[in-house]
Amino acid sequence: MNASAGPAARVEMHAIGKSFPGVRALSGVDLTLYPGEIHALLGENGAGKSTLIKILTGALDRDAGEIRLDGEPVDFRSTGEAQTSGISTVYQEVNLIPAMSVTKNLALGPSDGAFGIISWRKARAAARQKLARLNLDIDIEQPVGTFSVAVQQLVAIAHALDDDTSVLVLDEPTASLDAQETATLFSILRDLKSRGMAIVFITHFLDQVYEISDRISVLRNGGLVGTGLASDISRQELISMMIGRELGEVEATFAHKASEEKGTEKLVARGIGRKRTLEPFDLTLHAGEVVGLAGLLGSGRTELTKLVLGAIRADSGTLEVGGKDVGRNTPRQSLESGIAFCPEDRKAEGLVGDLSIRENIMLSMQAKNGWLRRVPRKQQERLASEMIDALAIATPDAEKPVRQLSGGNQQKVVLARALASKPEILLLDEPTRGIDVGAHAEIIMLIRRLCEDGMALLVASSELDEIVAASDRVAVMRDRRKIGEIAGEDIKRDNIIRMIAGEDGGQH
Amino acid sequence: MASTDSTAEHSAPGRVKAIAQSRAIWPLLALALILIVAGFISPNFYEIRIVEGRLFGNLIDILYRAVPTALVALGMAVVIGTRGIDLSVGSIIAIVGAVIVWRIKMGDPHVTILFTALAAGILCGMWNGFLVAALGIQPIIATLILMVSGRGIGMLINLLYGGTDPSFESAFLQGLSTGSIWLIPTRLVLAAGIFLALWLLIRRTALGLFVESVGGNAAASNLAGVNARVIVFVAYVLCGLLSAWAGIIMTADTHTSDPVSVALYIELDAILAVVIGGGSLAGGRIYLGMTVIGALVIQALTTATLISGLPPEYNLIIKALVVLSVLFLQSANARNAIRGLVSRKPS
Repeated sequence: MNASAGPAARVEMHAIGKSFPGVRALSGVDLTLYPGEIHALLGENGAGKSTLIKILTGALDRDAGEIRLDGEPVDFRSTGEAQTSGISTVYQEVNLIPAMSVTKNLALGPSDGAFGIISWRKARAAARQKLARLNLDIDIEQPVGTFSVAVQQLVAIAHALDDDTSVLVLDEPTASLDAQETATLFSILRDLKSRGMAIVFITHFLDQVYEISDRISVLRNGGLVGTGLASDISRQELISMMIGRELGEVEATFAHKASEEKGTEKLVARGIGRKRTLEPFDLTLHAGEVVGLAGLLGSGRTELTKLVLGAIRADSGTLEVGGKDVGRNTPRQSLESGIAFCPEDRKAEGLVGDLSIRENIMLSMQAKNGWLRRVPRKQQERLASEMIDALAIATPDAEKPVRQLSGGNQQKVVLARALASKPEILLLDEPTRGIDVGAHAEIIMLIRRLCEDGMALLVASSELDEIVAASDRVAVMRDRRKIGEIAGEDIKRDNIIRMIAGEDGGQH
Repeated sequence: MASTDSTAEHSAPGRVKAIAQSRAIWPLLALALILIVAGFISPNFYEIRIVEGRLFGNLIDILYRAVPTALVALGMAVVIGTRGIDLSVGSIIAIVGAVIVWRIKMGDPHVTILFTALAAGILCGMWNGFLVAALGIQPIIATLILMVSGRGIGMLINLLYGGTDPSFESAFLQGLSTGSIWLIPTRLVLAAGIFLALWLLIRRTALGLFVESVGGNAAASNLAGVNARVIVFVAYVLCGLLSAWAGIIMTADTHTSDPVSVALYIELDAILAVVIGGGSLAGGRIYLGMTVIGALVIQALTTATLISGLPPEYNLIIKALVVLSVLFLQSANARNAIRGLVSRKPS
């Protein structure tokens, strides 16, 4: 975009591609970094940010494309090689040893001394010098764990910075910082930038993107949506780039139900919330209604569904299911009162990988039945094959370990498990994450079909089109609170984006 | 026996292939091989006689002696299924022994003695389960606490109630140790009954599925509505109960309570039996039948070494070698490597 105008690029990544078994993580992604710029890298979970960064820093091999550093093609085999060439990374989780002193933490890594012997006098001097670069004046003999998270973050940055560091990658550095601490970090970043460093800044806080970055790149589903000057991209455009694909082929095919057609109230949440997790919110789900949950990464979509399920314990509010107060429920009690849940992270929270498809499908239903009333084997097999047919799960038989299935089929197994428990309320968190287009459309159709059968559904998604295509009502989230609802004919991309951007008279 | 394994629950067409590839085949082969080698060493190895209305012989002896380890290993299999481990089984046996002597000295009836002993095991299991499930302590650390303190507790019970001599005479316990029912040693009948009860509990209720799902992925199981904490707790209680049975038999054998040295290292044999039976310490699967085979492999090896006339010191090394080779053959990596070598030659 402004490649010809500014100074020569420090890093040019061109047509980068990367696949993992069953997943295309990146394809044809370009990223150019100039000295003296702060470059924000944005995208939802699974968009490919961390894969791209890992390829840049040598932690992962790329399948396609090339990387040039100061015009020279490079091929890093390890993070050490990248670091020697001046590319340093600070990850989201602070990689320091809390019980060790600042000096010792900073001395970890490549040692100058012969036979790996450390001279503590030299190490202390080096530590002071490293911290001075960041204008950080702390007692370097104290254990790192005694300092605030912000200071720890700065120590981690100090650790990453060498005299010859020219590219600094920060992965969500402000995730656990408060406003004051973030301001401190930003002033240091501006200082580093003025000294000609190229800084990549990954975050999901849009305010911070506009506050600090010069240019913005947005990734989506493993592809680059666009790169541009921060001053040229409006907040609304930015949100649209992140979550809203241009509509076209997937135009909404049904009429959103008007509010008077609502069925009975299935679930009523009043003032449910938890400190530091989600502001108290009200939410009602009706029979035969799909409520979409829209918002950016980190806005509290997942937290809301988990609070309703009881997987996150609420510290305020009441929850009524089917007209009955269920108090502080657990996932187990939710299951009994007819709530089923499909989590966002299939591998970590959805499936038991070593168990068969049949066993995974059975699990919730069996849990609802109780341990004494085991579903007979024949009935299990019948149920599993019914589900495999109904959801078109591609597998030779139901006894295959579920981890051997592709992503889309795994997602269907998670759905099948939820459906097998015969729920009246279904909570879906990112039901189409990381699956191919065909399975995507099937799952949206399934959601509509379940809704017509009278189920109440809550669908959290980072795909705005999905929300628009599937919902009768949309709850919009921003900054860990529910900021409003949109219903019926008002459910349009632009309305939702405007609301998320806070240009609709919102509280922010 | 094979039907106890979930791998054997395959449909009929896949069965032949499943057996060929099954991990179950190696422990069974190992057991067969040990028994064949023992037959060469000692020509009358397979001889079974009837003495005083009871079966005698090496094969019976192997079964007879394997009972305590097998019982403990069955409990261990359930705990390992939850991705846990119980190091305290030997200490539970020590406590149970001391409790038995205490109740005998107090003049309790047989039934009371039996139930008190079992209750002691359950209590120990509840303690372990509480530490692991409720407090979230890592299983190896949580059960280490009772492993270390349990033998001390046993000695304390002896000190307080066992008097100076913790040995006893009890016709009832003698019957458990050396008695027989229709020629078969009582303890074998008992052990078979316990195995059947456990198998029904694990495979004919949903408990087995829940244990395997919690061991495979506790977070996912929780979100799916399985109460993972309760399942883990129950697993440790079961292990405590089965260890108590082993403790009753071992105490009956020795007519005394010896908390310092009774069932020393039995936790290691139990873990080995589970692993030989195809269980993985990563949890997620329970193989009850194969665990018993694992315990028999260990005992057959011990007996065969003794018969061969080798000094008992060799026993440990031979045991290590056999275990190593079974695990080697079970390892998918090793088998693929071997298959690669074999298939390369003809082509």
